[in-house]
Amino acid sequence: MKVLVPVKRVLDYNLKVRVKPDGSGVDLSNLKMSINPFCEIAVEEAVRMKEGGGGHAKDAATEVIAASIGPEQAQETIRNALAIGADRGILVKADGEVEPLAVAKILKAVIEAEKPDLVILGKQAIDDDSNQVGQMLAALLDWPQATFASKIVLHAGKATVTREVDGGLQTLDVELPAIVTTDLRLNEPRYASLPNIMKAKKKPIDVKTPADFGVDTAPRIKVLKTAEPGKRSGGIKVKSAAELVGKLKEAGVL
Amino acid sequence: MAILVVAEHDNTNVKDATHKVVTAAKAMGGDVDVLVAGQNAGAAAAAAAKIEGVRKVLHADGATLAKQMAEPLEALIVPLMSGYDAVLFPASTTGKNAAPRVAAKLDVMQLSGVIGVESATTFVRPIYAGNAIITVEDNQAKKVLTVQPTAFKAAGEGGSASVETTAAPAGPFKSAFVSEEMAKSDRPELTAAKRVVSGGRALGSSEEFHRVLDPLADKLGAAVGASRAAVDAGYAPNDYQVGQTGKVVAPELYVAVGISGAIQHLAGMKDSKVIVAINKDEEAPIFQIADYGLVADYKTAVPELMDELTKAGV
Ligand SMILES: Cc1cc2nc3c(=O)[nH]c(=O)nc-3n(C[C@H](O)[C@H](O)[C@H](O)COP(=O)(O)OP(=O)(O)OC[C@H]3O[C@@H](n4cnc5c(N)ncnc54)[C@H](O)[C@@H]3O)c2cc1C
Ligand SMILES: Cc1cc2nc3c(=O)[nH]c(=O)nc-3n(C[C@H](O)[C@H](O)[C@H](O)COP(=O)(O)OP(=O)(O)OC[C@H]3O[C@@H](n4cnc5c(N)ncnc54)[C@H](O)[C@@H]3O)c2cc1C
Repeated sequence: MKVLVPVKRVLDYNLKVRVKPDGSGVDLSNLKMSINPFCEIAVEEAVRMKEGGGGHAKDAATEVIAASIGPEQAQETIRNALAIGADRGILVKADGEVEPLAVAKILKAVIEAEKPDLVILGKQAIDDDSNQVGQMLAALLDWPQATFASKIVLHAGKATVTREVDGGLQTLDVELPAIVTTDLRLNEPRYASLPNIMKAKKKPIDVKTPADFGVDTAPRIKVLKTAEPGKRSGGIKVKSAAELVGKLKEAGVL
Repeated sequence: MAILVVAEHDNTNVKDATHKVVTAAKAMGGDVDVLVAGQNAGAAAAAAAKIEGVRKVLHADGATLAKQMAEPLEALIVPLMSGYDAVLFPASTTGKNAAPRVAAKLDVMQLSGVIGVESATTFVRPIYAGNAIITVEDNQAKKVLTVQPTAFKAAGEGGSASVETTAAPAGPFKSAFVSEEMAKSDRPELTAAKRVVSGGRALGSSEEFHRVLDPLADKLGAAVGASRAAVDAGYAPNDYQVGQTGKVVAPELYVAVGISGAIQHLAGMKDSKVIVAINKDEEAPIFQIADYGLVADYKTAVPELMDELTKAGV
């Protein structure tokens, strides 16, 4: 079974973004970029399907391909995935922002060329927080989907996936090929070892452009302005539970 | 302009999120219809008809819609869109799961987690865990939005819309429901609760989490939430997680117990009216956004708070 994992390069989750004073966007210059945490979980799961572990039989996956759409530096994100254990990479080079719909269209073309049996994506990218690409891709391919996965069990021709939903957990069977998107509890990604980071440098990465797949990445949505969120006015420290209850009464919330 | 709102419901009751999304739809201007897709969902359809400002309720009923899964919802909604200019889903797990499928089929770029409607084409949404707010223009012929319900007031009751039935999709579909484990609780639902008590890693175990927080929640009539750390460690179930990648809540009172206040957590609760933080580290970032901070060990502070609440007649 071949598994494709789309991975996105995003601002490191430990960092707080700065809004440009003129409202034209966010300032990412000189800030550390990392693999989107949900994508890292997706790579880890795919690699476990290959190596065995996390409930998967060894060689359940025969090949794991990491694909990213983004600038030249998205190579680093792919190398990240290769260091975890993916076999090869595909970079679709696109400068500037590519909207989820265009990302999904490019991924669809990649899938038509590569014919994976399973595609595992992150449930959301922590920069744009769209939570769209996996579902859009599933619709474009007319594939079934299981989003927000906390457990994946592979069987012949299908996967049983447990999903984190608002009321608790839901389990589905999806016929393969299928789209799965990851939630936080699916696994805990490993730290790539130094030898594996070195090995990753030698793994092949194919470089393409959106035009190779005939996808127009012109944005549909125009960002008019980017602003700082409203600040909460500073609060106070109370000295005791009694004072706290007094304040809450004054505030009218009890 | 005609707008379709996809109802959040459990076949019997329409959830409050629906009323809030109706308000967002009304802010776009035009006629607002509500779609109730489910199985034996007549009661929910009747409830939706009472939402103020709704023109008509579309009720699709059938086995394929029992669990409101993404594929059948796509099959149902995409053809309906010939009669609508926009479709709005609540940003619930059901809405987030289905909306992008509809958008992709319509060749539309979706706007996720909308928190403001400035006009029929101008919308506001957070990015980067709410650390930046973008105003965007969407001039696509059809619009697909997921709406953050907590950002809108609920539309009132007292409407009397007509209910029209529409056929459920026949299937078969390539995904099948197997089972579910839904939390049963007499407490209010987390995203709709007026008060929320949340616990973090400090609680240390599932037993302690419930021993300390459940009585406080019950006293306040509050829902219980948690940080990711508490959920990952198994102190609380996944559906308790508040934050950027969990649930967004905006209650009148949010009490954070033993939560440090990471940006990912703040993204899910910083629009609460009054925030209380109990944390033994006076440097914890949660104090930067808390209205009332109590620097104390929860082990003594929570019982004291319980006593003071009792004294105050709560
Ligand atoms: C500040 C800011 C300004 C923006 N301005 C514009 C603008 O002016 N014009 C415009 O068109 N768009 C703009 N965008 C949109 C943004 O670039 C895209 O929406 C975003 O790249 C894709 O959405 P997402 O990552 O949130 O997708 P999600 O649906 O949240 O991502 C889910 C999963 O899809 C996969 N995935 C997503 N993107 C990629 C990728 N590039 N490569 C490989 N896999 C991927 C990953 O597995 C990921 O975990 C802006 C975004 C931001 C944050
Ligand atoms: C991709 C991604 C998504 C994420 N999404 C979310 C999300 O949606 N929601 C979320 O919450 N987090 C999320 N996180 C995690 C987030 O970054 C933090 O790790 C998490 O919120 C920390 O939880 P915490 O505050 O309970 O734990 P900690 O940060 O460990 O804080 C525990 C606090 O308890 C205090 N404490 C300890 N003992 C006591 C005591 N006896 N009495 C009183 N106080 C005490 C400590 O001083 C400390 O401040 C996400 C992270 C990533 C990478």
